[in-house]
Amino acid sequence: MLDNFQILVAAPVFNVQLLLNGVLVGAVFALAAYGLALVWGVTNVKNLAQGDFVMLGGYLGYELAKHGIHPLVTVIPVAVLMYAFGWIVYKLVISRVIQRELFTSLLATFGLAIVMQQSMNLIFGPEVRTAESGFNTRELFDGLVTVTDIRMISFVLCGVLALVLVLFMKRSRMGQAIRATAQDARAARVMGVDTERVYAFTFSLNAAICGVAGVLISMIWVLQPFYGIAYSVRAFVIVTAAGLGNLPGVIVMALGLGAIEQYSGFVLGAQFQQATVVGLLVLVLVWRRLLLQRHRQALQ
Amino acid sequence: MQQSFQGNAVARALVFGAALGVATLAGTSAYAKVEGDKIILGSAISITGKYSQEGKNARDGYDLAVKMVNDQGGVTVGGKAYKLEVKYYDDESTPARTAQLLERLINQDGIKYVLGPYSSGTTKAAAPVTEKYKIPMVEAEGASRSLFTQGYRYMFAALSTSEQYLSSAIDLAAEVAEKNGKKAGDVKVAMAFENDPFSLDVRAGVLDQMKKYGMKAVIDDKLPRDLSDMTATMTKIKALKPDMLVVSGHTKGATTATRQLNEMNIAVPLVAFTHCESADLVEKFKKGAEDILCPTQWAETLSYKDPVFGTAIQYNTLFLKTYKDYETVPYQAAQGSAAVLIWADAFKRAQSFDTEKLRDTLAATDLDTFYGHIKFGPAGNNISKPMVLRQIQDGKYNVVAPSKWASHKLVYPRAAK
Amino acid sequence: MTKNSLILHCAILVSGIVAPLLFPGLVFQFAMLWIMILFALTWDVLGGQMGYNSLGNILFFGFGMYICAITQIGMFYDVGKYTAAFGAIKVDFTDQQYYLGLALGLVFAALASVVVAAVLSWVLFGLRGPYFAIGTLGAALAAAELTGSWNYVGGGGGISMPVFPGEPGARSLFFYSLCMLLTIVCYLFLRWLYQTRFGMALNAIRDDEDKAEAMGLHTNRYKMMAWSISAFFLGIVGGLFGNMTGFIEPMEVAYPTLTFGIFMVAMTLLGGKGTLWGPIIGAVLFHVLKEVTWTYLLGWQYVALGLLIIVNVVYFQQGIMGWMQEKWPERFGLVVDRAPGGAAPEDAQ
Repeated sequence: MLDNFQILVAAPVFNVQLLLNGVLVGAVFALAAYGLALVWGVTNVKNLAQGDFVMLGGYLGYELAKHGIHPLVTVIPVAVLMYAFGWIVYKLVISRVIQRELFTSLLATFGLAIVMQQSMNLIFGPEVRTAESGFNTRELFDGLVTVTDIRMISFVLCGVLALVLVLFMKRSRMGQAIRATAQDARAARVMGVDTERVYAFTFSLNAAICGVAGVLISMIWVLQPFYGIAYSVRAFVIVTAAGLGNLPGVIVMALGLGAIEQYSGFVLGAQFQQATVVGLLVLVLVWRRLLLQRHRQALQ
Repeated sequence: MQQSFQGNAVARALVFGAALGVATLAGTSAYAKVEGDKIILGSAISITGKYSQEGKNARDGYDLAVKMVNDQGGVTVGGKAYKLEVKYYDDESTPARTAQLLERLINQDGIKYVLGPYSSGTTKAAAPVTEKYKIPMVEAEGASRSLFTQGYRYMFAALSTSEQYLSSAIDLAAEVAEKNGKKAGDVKVAMAFENDPFSLDVRAGVLDQMKKYGMKAVIDDKLPRDLSDMTATMTKIKALKPDMLVVSGHTKGATTATRQLNEMNIAVPLVAFTHCESADLVEKFKKGAEDILCPTQWAETLSYKDPVFGTAIQYNTLFLKTYKDYETVPYQAAQGSAAVLIWADAFKRAQSFDTEKLRDTLAATDLDTFYGHIKFGPAGNNISKPMVLRQIQDGKYNVVAPSKWASHKLVYPRAAK
Repeated sequence: MTKNSLILHCAILVSGIVAPLLFPGLVFQFAMLWIMILFALTWDVLGGQMGYNSLGNILFFGFGMYICAITQIGMFYDVGKYTAAFGAIKVDFTDQQYYLGLALGLVFAALASVVVAAVLSWVLFGLRGPYFAIGTLGAALAAAELTGSWNYVGGGGGISMPVFPGEPGARSLFFYSLCMLLTIVCYLFLRWLYQTRFGMALNAIRDDEDKAEAMGLHTNRYKMMAWSISAFFLGIVGGLFGNMTGFIEPMEVAYPTLTFGIFMVAMTLLGGKGTLWGPIIGAVLFHVLKEVTWTYLLGWQYVALGLLIIVNVVYFQQGIMGWMQEKWPERFGLVVDRAPGGAAPEDAQ
């Protein structure tokens, strides 16, 4: 562990490698986390199946890519398909738990996660799958640092998507309705917003965003039916730490989380890479609790 | 909600539920060890969960051998021909379920002859149960060495134990180093092993062999169960430049390592992974999979044969013809078939259905199969079959070590892909 | 106790004793049934009675299992050597060593789980609602990872448990009796507990924690004790289950968050949470249905489980007990005030 640390000090160039790998993949986490925050803020449903949406998107892209479409191009059909899937899930399950006790929606989405994982396992098989972008790798610092083009492209794509979403929320009618509903659903209803439609749209949009994230993950990392939970946990860590409605916060946290994972994988060993995320989840929650406590004391 | 208890409604529901349950559970105990002209073997195998692919391989292997044995007249015991049949339960790839299902097979279904589950963990849970009931088990998919240090008398394994998987790769590294005028002790090894019973055992075998040569492990990472990224480990490899990389993490380990090794343009002269075949490395990465070393329990090119399947190549052809969804025959299937052959052989030689007698007969097994020679040591492991090391060359798996079985020369060093 | 309920209790007790003798092949199944009932009962202490929905109670199960195993082996041998992946020592336990080890192991498992519950509750009970559920889930996942990285107990390689010295039939009956005894003790204890002031306090926390606190209840103390009670029983049953399975390892056997961990919740919801008998009915129904249908669903069983959970929480949230109470409130001694519109949503944040 100390040896690994010494490598980083003696050859700082490897820090660049870790940071690059972490930050570039962190952009994909940011997508999933943004979707979670969106649904959470608007419908107050905490979607525990978030990571499974990511995986499903990846698998859909993988299957489409088998028919000769370049994996990167599949983001468009996958987004459409996932939007439809999200809409169906919303109508069947989410719409019925939205007004209920919070644990109900949590457990319903947990059930959904189980159904999705197991169905994917039966349909696509338990083996890890990867989609090959076929792009090159760039070398920096005499080959000591490498970056794959697909990571760069996906990073840019995430950025563009985030920009589009921000503009959409600010400018479009639907975006405004979504923001109004998030602020005060009752008031929005009074003002004539069809909140039911807003909910359905938000949830489906989230599914589409997750789908895009899944396709990118399939080209950067791997797909496996049961890996969804890791992305759910990541999304929760990011959103709880950044807070709702804080897009810059979500982005910074996501990129930071990507880098933290790389560092813990490097210094502590690969086994701790994801364990760190789970540990962070508990820490972030405790940290929030302490904030809350201080808040309560201030009230007294 | 404070409620005073009122029995009626609850009582009815409970009694109904219990009656239903008992009736249905009791109804299932129709099986016995031998039924009419059928000998029924039992197995809890992974149909769902993380090992469902390997579980399917094993099951297909069992089924193919059962079919072949039956097609060739079955097993003759005491002048009467019996057909084999296997009763399966799904262990969901978790040892927590295995013990329950074994109890169920033995107690409820009256099974007296057991075929093993897939994976070392589940076999570790199965062995104490079969041992307790003195039911012989022939297993072909649990390779962990620690299975054979517990003094189990009723467990027999067709395969080589897991510490042999990659230890021949270490021998190879030493050989290559000496050929190139270096000392074997100077070889730097990078290791990444999944944190599960099987891979930890492979690791123990590797460490043991390394100690023999005085080699040093420069990286010793453990891989998590849900591995999807190894770039941190790869960065370490880049920094420390080891002479050899060994990875064991089922199919996810082989897939992730291959991809990221290539993505990061890392050249390690010798690279050895377990589970290359089931990870479909060649199909997934084409050129990127070249020159990777893969240990295997069995290869169709080896010169083994038996009267049921013929040669290893004939088994290969038959298997691919029977099961269309395979590109190559996984060794998990081959050893599954071998386990059934061992049972058939034991029944023939024992001429009895008595479990004690069968156990003793099994212990004295000395059998040639398409999978290799089968002869059990005192601990129940197969001591007469070697593991071989294959290298992916031009998209083909060619045996390169140990030299007795080698059909091709080792390509060395492996360049960055 | 009314006459009816006395008859019911006796009937269950008698069938609990007679069933394994009548169906010796099913003893292991029956033992699992008791374990499932215990899972549901202990989950309901927090989830139903106190309104804190934990997704991580399985943590105590796994923790107890490991503490018990370490005690059983560590009393007589070096655990590190015993679990080493290579050249592991073979050990034999005399009868006396086995029973002494098991007894002490179970005691330590219970105590250690209580301590962990107390410590964790200090950390996690500040979290409300879904944060608590996610926090406990995180804690259980983290516990599995931690145990997996602890080489002394074999890491992911697991531990082969000491072998029961008696006959196979005796072994099943032995563990069956312990499971049954433990579950009955747990039931009687909770039955008593829910009628005390303590039970009322738990309900008060569920109904409105802030008001309960304003009324002078030390809610944190109650929450901690309630979770410790769950942990106590789960720790013991973890130790028992480890010995019944014969081989333990962190990911699948000790901390099965997605199987046993979620069964607890599903069973309680199915039977009706917040009632004494709901979890029991839910567990019996769930386990029997599962064991009977599981093998015929080849592969689709977990999809069915997920669907069951969804349907359960979406359409049938009150569970069987809740449904019966709605249908025949008089039988449960409830006074009904059928106000139009029904109950208001409990939580709107």
